[in-house]
Amino acid sequence: MSPATITRLDLVLAAPEIFLLTATCVILLVDLFLEDSQRIVTFVLSLVALAGTAYVTALTGVDVRTVAWHGTYVADPVGNLLKVVAYGAVAVAFLYSFGYLQLRRLLKGEFFVLGLFALLGIMVLISANSLVTLYLGVELLALSLYAMVAFNRDSAVSAEAAIKYFVLGSIASGALLYGMSMIYGITGSLELGHVSQSVGALGPNQIGLLFGLAFIIVGVAFKFGAVPFHMWVPDVYHGAPTAVTLFLSSAPKLASFALAFRLLAEGLPGLHDGWQDMLILVALLSMALGNVVAIAQTNLKRMLAYSTISHVGFILMGILAGTSEGYQAALYYTITYVIMAIGGFGMIILLSRGGFEADRLEDFKGLNARSPWFAAVMLMLMFSMAGVPPFVGFWAKLAVIQAALNVGLLWLAIAAVIFSVIGAYYYLRVVKLMYFDEPSERRALQGSGAVKFVLSANGLAVLLLGLYPGLLLALCAAVLP
Amino acid sequence: MQADWPILSVLVWLPIAAGLLLLIIGERNVTAARWLALAASVATFLVSVVLWRDFDRAIAAMQFVEREPWIGAFNTWYYLGVDGISMPLIVLTAFITPLVVIAGWTVIEKRPAQYLAAFLILEGLMIGVFAALDAMLFYVLWEAMLIPMFVIIGVWGGPRRVYATVKFFLYTFLGSVLMLVALIYLYLQGGSYAIADLQAMPLTMREQVLVFTAFLLAFAVKVPMWPVHTWLPDAHVEAPTGGSVILAAIMLKMGGYGFLRFSLPIAPDASRELDWLIIALSLIAVVYIGLVALVQQDMKKLVAYSSIAHMGFVTLGAFAAFQIYANTGSLQGAAMGLDGAMVQMVSHGLISGALFFCIGVLYDRMHSRQIADYGGVINTMPVFGAFMVLFGMANAGLPGTSGFVGEFLVILAAFRADFWYAFLAATTLIFGAAYTLWLVKRVVFGPVGNDHVAQLTDLNGREYLVLGILAAAVLALGVYPAPLLDVMRPTIEQLVQQMMVTKV
Repeated sequence: MSPATITRLDLVLAAPEIFLLTATCVILLVDLFLEDSQRIVTFVLSLVALAGTAYVTALTGVDVRTVAWHGTYVADPVGNLLKVVAYGAVAVAFLYSFGYLQLRRLLKGEFFVLGLFALLGIMVLISANSLVTLYLGVELLALSLYAMVAFNRDSAVSAEAAIKYFVLGSIASGALLYGMSMIYGITGSLELGHVSQSVGALGPNQIGLLFGLAFIIVGVAFKFGAVPFHMWVPDVYHGAPTAVTLFLSSAPKLASFALAFRLLAEGLPGLHDGWQDMLILVALLSMALGNVVAIAQTNLKRMLAYSTISHVGFILMGILAGTSEGYQAALYYTITYVIMAIGGFGMIILLSRGGFEADRLEDFKGLNARSPWFAAVMLMLMFSMAGVPPFVGFWAKLAVIQAALNVGLLWLAIAAVIFSVIGAYYYLRVVKLMYFDEPSERRALQGSGAVKFVLSANGLAVLLLGLYPGLLLALCAAVLP
Repeated sequence: MQADWPILSVLVWLPIAAGLLLLIIGERNVTAARWLALAASVATFLVSVVLWRDFDRAIAAMQFVEREPWIGAFNTWYYLGVDGISMPLIVLTAFITPLVVIAGWTVIEKRPAQYLAAFLILEGLMIGVFAALDAMLFYVLWEAMLIPMFVIIGVWGGPRRVYATVKFFLYTFLGSVLMLVALIYLYLQGGSYAIADLQAMPLTMREQVLVFTAFLLAFAVKVPMWPVHTWLPDAHVEAPTGGSVILAAIMLKMGGYGFLRFSLPIAPDASRELDWLIIALSLIAVVYIGLVALVQQDMKKLVAYSSIAHMGFVTLGAFAAFQIYANTGSLQGAAMGLDGAMVQMVSHGLISGALFFCIGVLYDRMHSRQIADYGGVINTMPVFGAFMVLFGMANAGLPGTSGFVGEFLVILAAFRADFWYAFLAATTLIFGAAYTLWLVKRVVFGPVGNDHVAQLTDLNGREYLVLGILAAAVLALGVYPAPLLDVMRPTIEQLVQQMMVTKV
């Protein structure tokens, strides 16, 4: 088989990506001919494109791991699950964004197109089976996100955030690429399966491999936003329009998980001892710094940014266990985190009005008096993020702690639970503001029906997935045997 | 006789469902909300009476067991059941909650529906904690319980409520998370979260000590034992009356229950090895906290400290059993300490609850908890004065009241363990009487203290009902504790046997 041939299987397996790419290009074209008042067409078409991609994924999804495109592409159950969750996350992010952008005269077709391209990057990343495909996905995702962060081009804060993100992101991409080139140079292969075999043959103490691994960890940690490569997270989360922050905190986290999983678990399992030690440090620092610094924040977006950093620490704790139980736990944690983060930023969007961003903590004062239901939703989200049962966040923490304990990392598990107690303080503060303080304004919540519906569903999901976590857990276990 | 309907599930979910319904009704129809809350809590109590009636007093095994798969991935079950230790505490919970609903009938003006909903949800969760036979289910309910209490203190509490409630939450949360690590550790060793399996599991001494320490942190905070008690006076002072009552009457019992259900049977060797530590901390609580109570200016704080001292008897009675067995070789003798601990828990639930109700009655009229603001209340509130004196006597351990039975059993057991334990524990008869009677003297007796006291009105029907029911319960248990002891006996005998068999 010459390298140029493309088989039918290749096309079938990559059909979701191909469909989404085509659809996105069509949307981009259609959008050119629309007036600003007709942007709803772009919005609806984007949702249709997502639904179509989901349908194609359902049609072509595989039950067994299949490698295609000459070893550069892999289709497997875990990839399918990640993709489907990513479609959902992007769709929900679009639903939240529409009204928000409209009120701020930011409703441009490019938002949706960029979002879809970011999703395409995520999908490429998820299905990558070679270092080059991985990098391609990382860059496609990152470039789309840079542009989205700068979406409000008249805002100096957004522009600053975007530049910061771009510069730091480029350095991280460079580090990642450099690490990949080291690995490629030593193993002589780009395909992750071959890399894994060669690394196994070379043994875990090959100094060049460890050198390359260190750079790869830098890249992965940056994409996750883990300490000490977290500096961009608070500024970007704060500076970007809330709709973009919401987008940023959801689907790309799945991509980060996929990046770590494909590179470390599938590509470099032979270096597990090496990357476990590095990730232990990164995870511990993330949990510590994220939780402690979040206490000092007065801006909810910044607070949630630091909370993200601490959650990333927990996700990494699952990954670093290096067992299939650990990967399952990390996957489960990632998915639940995405659900919680979307809800948290969705609350900010719900409370925001034209010309007013409800992103300060005080804006949540007395929410219980204004809307008991949405105060309850936020309460559930906050307690879930703090890891208090019966909400879903608790089970996620339980799963990763169990994975860490199972590989003998007792002290790391104890450190994790103690930092989660420290973290509980700032989540409690939000509850305190909503319930214990009197509102500074009594206006009823505005927010469109769609936002309210999605947010209600989101809050209920946090509760129901917490009362009956078995389903999602079993799903995570099934795709990662 | 076992009922053919899931009686424990009803006890757990009926109040929670009613609470959620109340949240949906909201503040639109407050009267309906109150009656719904009362109906739900009384119905729950009636179901608990059925539980009491149908409970088989001859066996130690778990009864009314329900077991359904819950989370396959963690091998966790929705596994409920009661024995002689948990059943009385469930009945106590179901007994106190309607009284709290009645006591808050007109007093709570700010969002009454949410207030009642919080208490009903809390009730369901607390009953679940006592009924859970799966450690993970237990932990989930144990933590979930903090949420309504956090809201209750924070929304309806006093001026420093935010500080108090955050302190309460973080203290208990910190204590419990290490228990979570211990539970996961045990699960990974044995592959099951069922409490019975954990109890049967062999563990090395080192493992037991670690597990015991983790449990100790969780339960000691909850009891609370000296020196991790400092959250309690703050929480009590700031909580609304109903919150204080539930906190003192039920929530503190969970610490004692945890020791009996987890620490002693799961880590018996570590418990025996470290019993000196618990006994020392208990005696410090009894003596030192008793002295601290003596100097309090705030009525609620005084009762809060008195609670800590009284809960010291619970831990003392439970952990004195090892030395009694070592000294006398008699399992019956060792069981006496545990009997005393259990009776003390139930009795303290009634008495401390009643005292907080009494303070609530005064506070509703005067909006002050300072002892100095009162004096000669009996002149204007004779009926109230009589109740206050009765509960004060009960708190001091006067024979004929329930307070006497528990303290007497524990002191008697302590004598068999070590004379000095009994000597120090018996100081409570002096200190307890001193701070309680002095409180009663300063508040109730004497000439009318000031104009505000002169204008007080005596109990209304609602308050009379609540205090009357509690007084009857305190006296009944004091005069005739045998039914309670009968219910517990087989379970406690089995527990003592478990404790004395090494697991190493």
